[in-house]
Amino acid sequence: MTPYSLYPARISARRTETAGIYTFTMRFVDEEVRRAYRFKAGQFNMLYAFGVGEVPISIVSDPAAPESLEHTIRTAGRVTGVMAGWKVGDVVGVRGPYGNGWPVEEARGRDVVIITGGLGCAPVVGLINYIFRRRDQYGELHILHGVKTPNDLLYRERFDEWRRAPRTKVYLTADQPDRSWHYKIGVVTELFDELRVPPSSTVMMCGPEMMMRFAAHALRQKGIGDEAIYLSMERRMECAVGLCGHCQYREHFVCKDGPVFSYRTLRELFGTSGI
Amino acid sequence: MTESLHMPKAVLGDLIAILWSEGFKVLGPVVRDGAVAFDEVRKVSDLATGIRDAQEPGRYRLVPGTSGEIFEVVNGAGSLKPFFFAADETLLEVTREQRGFKVTEVVPAAPRLAFIGVRACDLAALAIQDRIFLHDRFRDTHYQTRRQDAFLVAVNCTRSASTCFCVSMKTGPEATSGYDLSLTELEQGFVMRSGSAAGEALAARLGLGAAQHDEIVSAKARIDGCATGMQRRLDTADLPRLLYDEVENPRWKDVASRCLSCTNCTMVCPSCFCHTVVDQEEIDGNMSRRVRKWDSCFSLEHAHIHGINFRPKIENRYRQWLTHKLASWIDQFGTSGCVGCGRCITWCPVGIDLTEEVAAIRERPVKG
Repeated sequence: MTPYSLYPARISARRTETAGIYTFTMRFVDEEVRRAYRFKAGQFNMLYAFGVGEVPISIVSDPAAPESLEHTIRTAGRVTGVMAGWKVGDVVGVRGPYGNGWPVEEARGRDVVIITGGLGCAPVVGLINYIFRRRDQYGELHILHGVKTPNDLLYRERFDEWRRAPRTKVYLTADQPDRSWHYKIGVVTELFDELRVPPSSTVMMCGPEMMMRFAAHALRQKGIGDEAIYLSMERRMECAVGLCGHCQYREHFVCKDGPVFSYRTLRELFGTSGI
Repeated sequence: MTESLHMPKAVLGDLIAILWSEGFKVLGPVVRDGAVAFDEVRKVSDLATGIRDAQEPGRYRLVPGTSGEIFEVVNGAGSLKPFFFAADETLLEVTREQRGFKVTEVVPAAPRLAFIGVRACDLAALAIQDRIFLHDRFRDTHYQTRRQDAFLVAVNCTRSASTCFCVSMKTGPEATSGYDLSLTELEQGFVMRSGSAAGEALAARLGLGAAQHDEIVSAKARIDGCATGMQRRLDTADLPRLLYDEVENPRWKDVASRCLSCTNCTMVCPSCFCHTVVDQEEIDGNMSRRVRKWDSCFSLEHAHIHGINFRPKIENRYRQWLTHKLASWIDQFGTSGCVGCGRCITWCPVGIDLTEEVAAIRERPVKG
């Protein structure tokens, strides 16, 4: 069987998160495939639109319920543009799961710092939900999120919900605020003054590389080791099985070695453009 | 090591005939469009004999041969790669149904291929592609289907092209593994060795006698002469560290000012494996083929995602290609991605020579 083989899945629910961002719930049509399928927090699937193509999309639902999969898709290009039109009952193609996922086992018992920036925070929403469903297994949870403008703050009500939860702190900042913005002003690293965490914390980040680079630097100042700082990398992932060559980041295949890497693994490469 | 046999030149035709009778499609170096390429061979006279290749950076010409040997031409643009890792093949057919669609894997109708005249560098490249497509976490079954029954007759090089540097890459000029039979051409006949049970069985059917001691000595001397006469070199000492450290070397800009980003080097490279899969929909919209095509890290879209191109400049892409080939490939697959065949030098339209680029970086490092 070719690793490119894909399996039909039927969409059972569609939810609009905000304009251009949709969450689809889907189930494999074949019962055997559905029963055999397992995934880990932070892994992704390749989703296929008939006649158009495939894109890698992270699974945001909980790995404890693998029979029903949720994917949040942002309309960004040709393929995701078609996916925006998917309706309940439509059959789409799925293969996976791929990637290593978040280090949720390693972080167990520790304080967790989650840092996101920009629009690409769907993988992090799944991670936060994962921790909340197992809240007693983790220490303090710190969620730091930076956006360019207040309009870019998606999931606003979820951030409010998380803020009200016990042992949880939410820090928001906007680079270009307007009058409605009553949180911090500036880039994500502006939030680090308020952040009080022990060096034993585990950090997980997702967002623009520049943001992650500055954040990693600031976290080192707080005594957190490079091996405990994890970054979710974004590259062109076409095959997801380490064969097509597109997602290479020097020696790393982001699709099969990542997409989550420790800062220790990447620090030599980080900050050099054009790799 | 197996016994060395003497094969008279006339028996080469028998070898070809037996392979056909065994159900193989036999391919060997033949003249096509002013160069040699692997193509169908029914008899010895189909082979590219009586000519040799004159290769220089950016230049390839076939000229009259001088030695009278059958295998005087070293190589052409085409390696074994396209026969196993097809440049264009359908992987899946997705057919629309009443409710949804059906996915059918397209298994290639691959003939059993036998190759006559495979050079050591190309065998080394084949081993690299095997490592990638057969022995990684995910196995490429299309490659496997084409590859599994191949029969390989190597020819040890007794002459090199000016662009060859297999000695530096430790892949030649003698084939040491990965073949079923190997031949070293002498004035009178060949010295033959088998490298597999299949090779041994076939050799037994040819009714050959043992090679004379002086033939074995002469075969070795010819191969050694080829090695010592090889003009081009690539210093591989600590090369991965050098390239990783020299990520900001000005030479990348310099080579980018010459490089056309045309992808020729990656197309002729026997180990380059990048590919893309595209949908080709039938005109009635009821069936779509998922078709794999070769891709290249020199293409503008290779590192492009929505709104970001990670390698927008030619200097980024040339650096990616060279660093991958000679450095990160070793981290990924435990072997260099370069076998020293020299094709990327010959077939570069502007004659960029990777050995020269590496030497320039080594000569003028900017780090430390």
